[in-house]
Amino acid sequence: MDILILGILLGGSYALMALGLQLQYGVARIMNLANGEVLVAGSFGAFWFWTGLKLSPFLSIVPAALLAFAANWLVYRYVLRPLVRRAKSHGQLEVDSILATFGMSFILVGVMIAVFGGEYFSYSYLARPFEIFGQPYGLNRIVAFGGSAVLCIVLALWLTRSRTGLALRGVAVNPTAAGLVGIDVLKASALAFALGGAVTATGGALLSAFLTFDASLGVIFTMKALIIIIFGGVSDIRGAIVASFILGIVESAVARLIDPGLTLAAAYILFIAVLLWRPQGLFGRKSA
Amino acid sequence: MVRHLVSTFAAIAVAAAIGGGAHAAEIKIGASAPKTGPLAGGAAVTHWPNIRLWVHQVNARGGLKLKSGKAKIKLIEYDDRTNPGEAIKAIQRLATQDKVDFIVAPFGTGFNLATAPIFARYGYPQLAVSAISDKIETLTKRYPNIFFMLGSTTTFAGAVADILSELRKKGVIGNRVAMVNVADAFGIELANAARPIFKKAGFEIVYDNSYPLGTQDLSPVVKAAKAAKPDAFVAWSYPPDTFALTEQAKIAGLDVKAFYTAVATCFPAYAAKFGKSIEGNLGAGGINPDTPEMKAYFAAHKKFIGKSPDYWASAVTYASLQILEQAIEGVGTTDRKAVIAYIKKNTFKTVIGDVTYKNQNSEKFWTVGQWQNGVFYGVRSTGRPGAKPVKVKQGW
Repeated sequence: MDILILGILLGGSYALMALGLQLQYGVARIMNLANGEVLVAGSFGAFWFWTGLKLSPFLSIVPAALLAFAANWLVYRYVLRPLVRRAKSHGQLEVDSILATFGMSFILVGVMIAVFGGEYFSYSYLARPFEIFGQPYGLNRIVAFGGSAVLCIVLALWLTRSRTGLALRGVAVNPTAAGLVGIDVLKASALAFALGGAVTATGGALLSAFLTFDASLGVIFTMKALIIIIFGGVSDIRGAIVASFILGIVESAVARLIDPGLTLAAAYILFIAVLLWRPQGLFGRKSA
Repeated sequence: MVRHLVSTFAAIAVAAAIGGGAHAAEIKIGASAPKTGPLAGGAAVTHWPNIRLWVHQVNARGGLKLKSGKAKIKLIEYDDRTNPGEAIKAIQRLATQDKVDFIVAPFGTGFNLATAPIFARYGYPQLAVSAISDKIETLTKRYPNIFFMLGSTTTFAGAVADILSELRKKGVIGNRVAMVNVADAFGIELANAARPIFKKAGFEIVYDNSYPLGTQDLSPVVKAAKAAKPDAFVAWSYPPDTFALTEQAKIAGLDVKAFYTAVATCFPAYAAKFGKSIEGNLGAGGINPDTPEMKAYFAAHKKFIGKSPDYWASAVTYASLQILEQAIEGVGTTDRKAVIAYIKKNTFKTVIGDVTYKNQNSEKFWTVGQWQNGVFYGVRSTGRPGAKPVKVKQGW
């Protein structure tokens, strides 16, 4: 039971790392390697809110998400759209976007080091035990999990029930066909990219309550997010959510039952197994 | 546009070169350490501020006193991106392209070992600080230009065992020790050194596991350690996991009378995050903060950098630069061979006390410190005076 709860809490954190990238890669077809840096920027926002303004770091979600939305929209509009326009194939866009966002990740790290310095940042917020079935868990983790759950549900509902969501899903499945039926693909992609950035920054703010972070930590989050979305299937947000929780539960089970040193190995074995037997991911469709 | 920019830069560079030539004598000092990557957070506390503080202080008093007159320091910094390959390239670049007069030793055990052959090849003194190893004897025999001053793994593990034995003798704790380590050269070497030492001291290691570098979800580890019902908890940990283990131990209610985490326990950020709850926590390092030299150093660091130094390797890093300064001034030129010989033969007055290298190793260092009333005091050392008695941790 304890393992299951720990795993679910960890899965919630993973979902926060991966959902934004899922939107950006699934819909806008941009493999955003600066994803982790955006997340760390969200963490810095929360840190600054807490230590500078003495406001709850969770309040920083609103400005952080809005700012990230605007910044990511601008990045898509002015940096990535030329790449989309000139790309002759999906493969070329992927290569170009990986290179472009890889470069952006360095810029973001540099800016954050210049602004905040390179040391570790950590603060205590809601670091109180909260008992579930007689076992203590960190309250900050539970709140972050709650935030993650709300985000997952809202996003999933919005994507499946709303008209815009339908358009985004259409683009995710087949951009050419979506264009043919009157969906503005570039607009939908820009929206997905900006929204993805906002989700990632929100995740960063929530995670900062219990993670120690520094300006160059982003790449770790990017790697985790990458595993999760490929594991879950690139074109379906449910895949990323389910994959996050599977990964969380497996990692905490391995840590508790076998050896904490093997958590990374377990995650990668799972990843390889999925690639071998279901290369399109858990929820992915066979390539069309 | 690009061509225009290039020509502008070229003009600035030429102007700078001419301007530089017109100035008085200058001594070039290079430094390469992480500004990004996993070790950047530690270097930003322990390493870089001390280099900047020292350069600022030396230049403020007119520079280093050479026979030819005073020479101001020009500092050249490189980011090794926490990558040994980059570190080697950066040191090589400093020696061959920038042609610096001296190079500050890099940050981290692995990085000092990786760059040692380059320092040796180009004949630069390497005053290693943040390098804890049991291979000191082998290395100093192989490289005549390397110096160590922070201690060896065996001494560190031995000092922890010594404190646990003392607490057991007082009847505060029993024999059960839970031990974890980060799966990285530092953590593995310390855990391997500690196992036989703890067993020999009669302790039973009831939980013994490692976790990968960079793991921050340590609740399963802390819960499993708690389930083993230990009397003492020892973690050979790195900064992010030191923070995570402490927070989880608080949340899970791991109430042991002796709680030890290694690197970063002595960081001001550790106290800032956990406040009074870390009273009695043990950690690697420590200093004697009450000496006048140390008080002056803390004040100067706070004034110039804007933050307090850590309670361990910060001061030692600064001391290594003081040694370099005194050796250069003692020789009176930038003759590196003479400086190395001078370092081997002389005793240096530093912020951590007198330092003398014996076979290129300073044998006086702090091994364990403890948070007592908001200050991280050294409680165990080899040959440094002023150790405080160990207190028993009273819950969180």
